[in-house]
Amino acid sequence: MRIISFGRRAARLAAVSLAVALATTACASDESTSKGSAGADTSGDTVKVGVLHSLSGTMSISEVTVKNSVLMAIDEINAKGGVMGKKVQPVVEDGASDWPTFAEKAQKLISGDKVAVTFGGWTSASRKAMLPVFEKNKQLLFYPVQYEGLETSPYIFYTGATTNQQIVPGLDYLKAQGKKKIFLVGSDYVFPRTANKIIKKYAAANGMEVVGEEYTPLGHTEYSTLINKVTQAKPDAVFNTLNGDSNVAFFKQLRSTGISAADMPVLSVSVAEEEVRGIGPDYLAGQPVAWNYYQTTEGARNTEFVAAYKAKYGADKVTSDPMEAGYNSVYLWKAAVEKAQSFDPEAVKKACDGVSIDAPEGKVTIDGATQHVYKTARIGVVQPDGLIKEVWNSGAPIKPDPYLKDYPWAKDL
Amino acid sequence: MNAFMNQLPIGLSIGAVLLLIALGLTFTFGQMGVINMAHGEFIMAGAYTAYMLQDWAGRQAVLVALPVAFAVAGLMGLLLERTLIRRFYGRPLDTLLLTWGVSLVLQQVARDLFGAPNVQVKAPTWLVGGGEWLGIRMPYARMFIFVLAMLSVAAIWFYLSRTKQGRRMQAVMQNRELASCSGIATSRVDQRTFFIGSGLAGVAGVALTLIGPVGPALGTYYIVDAFLVVVAGGLGRLQGAVIAAFVLGLLNSYVEFWSDASLAKVVVFAVIIGFLQLRPQGLFVLRSRKLT
Repeated sequence: MRIISFGRRAARLAAVSLAVALATTACASDESTSKGSAGADTSGDTVKVGVLHSLSGTMSISEVTVKNSVLMAIDEINAKGGVMGKKVQPVVEDGASDWPTFAEKAQKLISGDKVAVTFGGWTSASRKAMLPVFEKNKQLLFYPVQYEGLETSPYIFYTGATTNQQIVPGLDYLKAQGKKKIFLVGSDYVFPRTANKIIKKYAAANGMEVVGEEYTPLGHTEYSTLINKVTQAKPDAVFNTLNGDSNVAFFKQLRSTGISAADMPVLSVSVAEEEVRGIGPDYLAGQPVAWNYYQTTEGARNTEFVAAYKAKYGADKVTSDPMEAGYNSVYLWKAAVEKAQSFDPEAVKKACDGVSIDAPEGKVTIDGATQHVYKTARIGVVQPDGLIKEVWNSGAPIKPDPYLKDYPWAKDL
Repeated sequence: MNAFMNQLPIGLSIGAVLLLIALGLTFTFGQMGVINMAHGEFIMAGAYTAYMLQDWAGRQAVLVALPVAFAVAGLMGLLLERTLIRRFYGRPLDTLLLTWGVSLVLQQVARDLFGAPNVQVKAPTWLVGGGEWLGIRMPYARMFIFVLAMLSVAAIWFYLSRTKQGRRMQAVMQNRELASCSGIATSRVDQRTFFIGSGLAGVAGVALTLIGPVGPALGTYYIVDAFLVVVAGGLGRLQGAVIAAFVLGLLNSYVEFWSDASLAKVVVFAVIIGFLQLRPQGLFVLRSRKLT
């Protein structure tokens, strides 16, 4: 049959292209080892910085907006004279939702473009892929997204929330609402699995019961079976760590079963304003989310941020937590560089402790020991207009605790 | 038991989705042997058509979009066939790479036109929610997709077996040389086949807005499943695609119910690989006197 011979040929072709791809990556990493650590080139009157996000593929839905806000921060800084008298010149690279690509592009930014710092990454998988590159080259990465904690790297600054600034407050909120039985739904990769490990510990120590735990591959769009399982388990609430487009399918299909947010709230940690628009407020209104920033967060600095973003990218655009964290990253780096009076990563690291900026979410301060930032936790509820209204906040910025050392129940994580 | 019964309509509705996305491919891949990797992007084009029509059709956009998306995706398919694919007939590997490239280009075009984030398509209010019969919950959107898939199958069956054009299409597919000798303008038939196949992808795209994301990467989520159905069902066989879609849907729903979504995917792939070892030609074989 023709089809079979074709199949074999296709397989062979695929094998050849795979081999070629492997060979090229191998070359790339050879090159990187031979070059070793490449210092940033700051001799001219400009300083290059890397911006590395997925501009294509499944994660681009979220990451493009972070790239936009990072570029906006750079423009603002340049308009006010740059960093230590030098104009900041962004070099934008596409991580293509593919984790090895993130590592390759990071290496390219460091040794090819000689950037002073890189802002980028979204999924934990991409961060974990880039981590060895930045550590080996002793260069800095600012990572702007909430993540699963249990990590510190001497060359990474985490400007999004760690678990005790988002997931733990989210659980506290559910507990305060009297939710006893929770069902865990997540995408099948490192963030949801680690987050759920923490949630199970918390539940055990706080008299809550985990009645189900389900994972689906990234990009999964068929949720009817999973929703059937959820309804069979009859939880009081669902803790949702799905990421990317899956959220759209999950909420659309959940809504059509007639279960409302009042019967069984679904607390999400990866659904912000941008995602709400893609899913549709029809399907989401009333559902709780946990973040550190909302477009509606009060304060003059945020009004200014939202107005500037809309002026630059369109009046119909929204701002979200990771975008704000990406925007903050640039200002935090600038403040640390100016405090250190040097672009040298080691000097910046040394100077970073206590560096503080007035951010749209309020005051954020770098904790030098963990290179995370102090952030205020906020629980919000999705409104019919697609924005998120804050219903609870932690009052003051919470000290980052990536290993949950101050939480007795998290002892043997 | 109740849970078990609930999985049955779920499996059927997964099957209906699979069928809907695969129907177009039974034309272009099944009938013409063109491996069109851009098929997923025609699905995407259909979904964006519904999005665009919202401006004046409001919540009923999904209904209005069905015929419009058929035309839009169909014309895109026709354009692709006329400008590129027809130069590559008989070179399946080159077509594969070519259409894959086209699919990447189309994704980027969508990203530039509509932005990278997902967009929102509002479902008609009568399609939101669901009803309960005999203790089994059925979302209205799922029932709509099921009915749409069945109507499409009926329409295709009628077209292929009861109209002159459809019979010509079958003749070309079964033996191109002989059909050509008999005076059938095979090139025109090819155009028509491609138009209908791509148009059906557009219809699927509109239906998918009810249950899934609408974004530039939409097509990539469904393209592999669509090929699986067509290959397992037997190339160019309508009844094969129907049976394969429902068998895969049910298999998926039950395996996922007893394990999880990742394992269900693995099991479905494993079953298809095993099945194709036993019956490389798929469920239904087209018998003809062709010498290949």
